[in-house]
Amino acid sequence: MFIFIVRRVLQTIPVLIGVSLVVFLIMQMVPGDPAVLLAGESATEEQVNQLRSQLGLDQPLYIQYFDYIKNVIQGDLGTSIRSNRPVLDEILVRLPVTIELAFWSIVVTVVLGLLAGVISATKQRSLTDVSIMVAALIGVSLPNFWLGLMLILYFSVQFQIFPVSGWGTFAHIVLPALTLGTSGAAIVARMTRSSMLEVIRQDYIRTAKAKGVKQRYIVYKHALKNALVPVITVVGLQFGALLGGTVLTESVFAINGLGRMIVDAIRMRDLPLVQGSILVVSALFVLVNLIVDISYKFVDKKVDLN
Amino acid sequence: MTSKEILKVRGLKTHFKSGKKVVKAVDGVDFEVKEGETLGIVGESGCGKSMTSLSIMRLVDEQGEISGDGVYFKDQNLLDKSEEEMRSIRGNQISMIFQEPMTSLNPVFTVGEQISESLRIHQGLNKSEAWKRSVEMLELVGIPSPEKRAKQEPHELSGGMRQRVMIAMALACNPSLLIADEPTTALDVTIQAQILDLLKKLQSEFNSAVIMITHDLGVVAETCDNVVVMYSGKVVEHTHVDQLFDNPLHPYTQGLLKAMPRIDEDVDELYAIEGTVPNPDNLPKGCRFAPRCPIAKDICHEKLPELTPLESGSKVRCFAYTDEWNKEESQNGDINKEAAPSQGN
Amino acid sequence: MVTSTKKQPLLKVTNLKQYFPIKGGIFSRTVNHVKAVDDVSFTVYEGETLSIVGESGCGKSTTGRSILRLENPTSGEVRFNNINLLDLTKREMRAARKDIQVIFQDPFASLNPRQTVGRIIEEAMEILTDMPREKRLDRVKELLQQVGLRPEYAYRYPHEFSGGQRQRIGIARALATNPKLIICDEAVSALDVSVQAQVLNLLKKLQKQYNLTYLFISHDLGVVRHISDRVMVMYLGKVVEIGEKKDIFDHPQHPYTKALLSAIPEPDRTKRKERVILKGDVPSPINPPTGCRFHTRCPFATEYCKQNEPTIEQVGDKTNRVACFYAEELS
Repeated sequence: MFIFIVRRVLQTIPVLIGVSLVVFLIMQMVPGDPAVLLAGESATEEQVNQLRSQLGLDQPLYIQYFDYIKNVIQGDLGTSIRSNRPVLDEILVRLPVTIELAFWSIVVTVVLGLLAGVISATKQRSLTDVSIMVAALIGVSLPNFWLGLMLILYFSVQFQIFPVSGWGTFAHIVLPALTLGTSGAAIVARMTRSSMLEVIRQDYIRTAKAKGVKQRYIVYKHALKNALVPVITVVGLQFGALLGGTVLTESVFAINGLGRMIVDAIRMRDLPLVQGSILVVSALFVLVNLIVDISYKFVDKKVDLN
Repeated sequence: MTSKEILKVRGLKTHFKSGKKVVKAVDGVDFEVKEGETLGIVGESGCGKSMTSLSIMRLVDEQGEISGDGVYFKDQNLLDKSEEEMRSIRGNQISMIFQEPMTSLNPVFTVGEQISESLRIHQGLNKSEAWKRSVEMLELVGIPSPEKRAKQEPHELSGGMRQRVMIAMALACNPSLLIADEPTTALDVTIQAQILDLLKKLQSEFNSAVIMITHDLGVVAETCDNVVVMYSGKVVEHTHVDQLFDNPLHPYTQGLLKAMPRIDEDVDELYAIEGTVPNPDNLPKGCRFAPRCPIAKDICHEKLPELTPLESGSKVRCFAYTDEWNKEESQNGDINKEAAPSQGN
Repeated sequence: MVTSTKKQPLLKVTNLKQYFPIKGGIFSRTVNHVKAVDDVSFTVYEGETLSIVGESGCGKSTTGRSILRLENPTSGEVRFNNINLLDLTKREMRAARKDIQVIFQDPFASLNPRQTVGRIIEEAMEILTDMPREKRLDRVKELLQQVGLRPEYAYRYPHEFSGGQRQRIGIARALATNPKLIICDEAVSALDVSVQAQVLNLLKKLQKQYNLTYLFISHDLGVVRHISDRVMVMYLGKVVEIGEKKDIFDHPQHPYTKALLSAIPEPDRTKRKERVILKGDVPSPINPPTGCRFHTRCPFATEYCKQNEPTIEQVGDKTNRVACFYAEELS
C-alpha cells in the first residue's frame, strides 16, 4: 500500500512537467508581444528591446522554459501585468473561494447522484426509475450558465429565497453549487444505476439474500460499497469538468473566484496571471486524480493499478 | 427409517416467461427430505436442479414464477409465507452453500464480518459476541489461525478456504436444512475430498438434513442416503443410493451411469446417450426423455408418465414399470435386457 | 495397448521452463517469477495419447501453451519431428502450426460469432494449407460429417449450436489442416456427462482413422483413464510421475498420485478404498517449497525431502517413472 502511494505520487511528476510545458507553449503562441504590451503604446523600439532582455524574452525558448520552471519551483509564478502584484498572491486570494464552491458542488454531485442512482436501480423499470433517468438526461444536457440564470430567476428574483449574487454566507453558496453540481449529479446517477444493476446480479448478493439479510441492507451495505468503484472514477473526472464550469458559474453569480479571475485576466491579456492560474488549476486536477486512485485502493483492494 | 420428514416438496413449478415463450425450468417436482438425511439431486445442466433449490428458498428473481401444491418445511408451506417470514427462515433454519466460492463471498467485507452478519440477524448477538462465535465457526470448519483469518477479506483466501467460510456461514445458526448447490464443482479433487469430508463430519455434529445438488455421481455415492434424478425439469427417479448404482431404474439414469468414464476400469467405447436435452421452452409432448431413449415405445411419445412408486420403495417416471408397457407393441426390446448397465466386472 | 517403445517419438520436450515475471516495488522491476513450468521433460510417440493431469496451478495447461508457442518459454527444447520449435521464427512457427492443432475447453470463446461454421473451418485451410478454394467447401462438409454434424451446418453460425456441437465444430476446425498432433486442453471439461461421452468416443474414432497423436490435458482422471495410453502427473510445475495408463492407475507409486486417485469420489461402493486426504492447499508457485515440492502436503515426508530435490527415476517392475526418494519403500 505504501509502495503504491509512493509510486503513484512519483508518477504525477512527469504529468505536471507535461502540463507546465503545454501551458508555457500555448502562452508563446498567443498573438501579441508581451514586451510591447508591457512597455505601453508610447514606448520606443529601444525601450521595448531593453524590457525584452530584462524579462529574458530574447533568450531561446528552452532557456525561457527552464527559467520559468525554476521560478515556479521557488513559488514565483511571475507578476501580474495588470495589478503588478505577484501572481501567486492573486491566486491565493481567489483560490479558497473556488475550492469552497467546488467542494459544495461535489457534495451536490455525489449526494444527489448516488441517491438518485440507487433508488433508480432498486426500482428498475418502474415509473420512479424512468422519471429519474429522464431527469438525469435533462440534467446532463442543460448548459450550466442557463441553469444558473433560471435558478436566479426563480429562487432569487421571484421567490427571493436565496441572494442573487455575491459570496460570504451559506445562502450564497446554494444556487452556484446547484448550478455547478447538477450535470455531475446526473452523470453520477446514471453511472451508479448501471453499476448497481451489475452488482445486484453478483453471486455474493444472492448469498446475502440466502442469509436472510434485509433488502435495505443488501442495497446500502452489500451492493453499494461494491458499486462505488466505477462511481469514484466518474466523480474524479467530474471534478475536472467542474473546474471548467467555475469559469461560467462564477461569472453568472458574480463570485470573485479563480474562474472569474482567469476570464478577466484573459480579457486584459494578463499572460503571467493566466499562465499561473491554469498551472494551479491543472495541479489541482492532478491532485484530485491522485486522491481518487488512492481511495480506489481502499474501496477495492483487488484493483491492480500498475 | 421412520424419522420425520422435514421438507416435503409437492408439485413445485418455476416458470420463466419471456415474451410469448414460457421456459419451464422446474415443472412439477415432488420429493421429501427426512430429518438428518442427505438427499442428492443429480442431473445435467439445465435439468432444473439448482432452480429447484432456489425455488425452495424463494430466491428466484422476479421474472420467475413459483407455483405448486406446496413446499412444506416443518409442516409449514413456504409458498404461503410473507417475504418478512421467509427472511427469518433463510440463513437461520434453511441455509445454502453455492458453487462458486470465488464469487459467492462479498469482496469488500472481512470473512468474520460476513459470518457475524447471520448471527446478528437471526440470533440477536451483539457485535463482539457474534465475532467470537464467528471465529469459533472458522475453527470448526478447519481453518488454521481463525482469529487472523476472520480479519481477512475473501481475496486473501484460497478457493478451498472460501468454501470452508461459506460452510461456516451456512452452519452458524445451526439450520435444520442445508442446501449445498454443487459445493465442490469448482474445486480441485484433493480439496473436494477435504470439503466433502468436512461436510459429512459437520452433518453428524449438527444433525442437519442436507440436500446435495450435484452433477457428479461420485459425489452422490460418497455423501448421499437417497437420490433424486432430474431430467428436463422433472424428477425421473427417486431411490436409495445403493439402489441407484446397483439397480438403476430409469433409462436415463442407466445411460448416465454408463456414460461416466471410470478411474478403475477400461472400456473401449463409452456408452453415449445420443442427442441433446430438449429445449425448455419447447418440450416434447410425451416423456421428455423419449427422443433420446433407447427403449421408447409409441406411448412414450404420446403421454407423460407419472412418478410411480415401486415395491422396493423407489419411485420412477417411466412406462416400462407400468402395466401399460406390456400392452404396447415393442419397438426396441425390453428394458432389463438392453438398457440395464453391464455388471460384467 | 501396444507398448510405446516401438513407436517413433513425435514430440520431445526437454527441460522446458516457463517462468512469468512478477513486477513490484516502486520502479516495477521484476522482483520474482511464477515458476509455472519448471524443468519438464517428456516424449509423445506417434499415434498415442499422452495425458497430463494435475490440479489447478500444476502447469499442465501452460505446458501445452508453451509447446504451441502461445507463451514464450524461458528455456528448454520442444522438438517436433526433430525440429526445435523454440528456434523457429514467427513465420516458420506459423507453418509448423499446420501439423499441431489445439482444441480448447470453451469452444464458444474461440469461434468467431460473425462467421459461419463453414467459414471458420475453411479459414484454417486457407491460411495453413495450399488447398484450392473450390475444394475447400467439399472438405468442410466432409469434416462436418466426420465429427458427426450435418454438412448443411456449414451455413449456420456458432450461437445456433449446443455446447457439445460447438466442441465438435472445434474438432472439425482442428482437423482441417490434417495435423499430426492435437493438443486437447480440457477439451471435454465443460460438457455434461452424456455429451462428454459422445465427444470422447469421437476423439477416439478420429485418432484411429487418421493416426492422430493427442496431448490430452485434463483434471478429470476418469476421462484421462478412458482416453490415454500413457499418463503424466504434474504438481507445482514439476512432473512427479509418468508411465503407462494401467500402471499409473492401478499401481501408482508417487504419494501424490496415490492421493489424487484416492480423492476421486468412487461411485461403486464395493470398490471403496482407503482415503488419503491431503492437508492444506497447493503452495504458491512463486516461492515453491524447497526440496521436493510436495513435501508440505506429503504424509510420508522426511527432513531429507525438505532439503533435496528428487529426480525422476524408474521404480519397480512397471513402466512408472517417479520423482520420490521413498517410492521404492512405499510401494
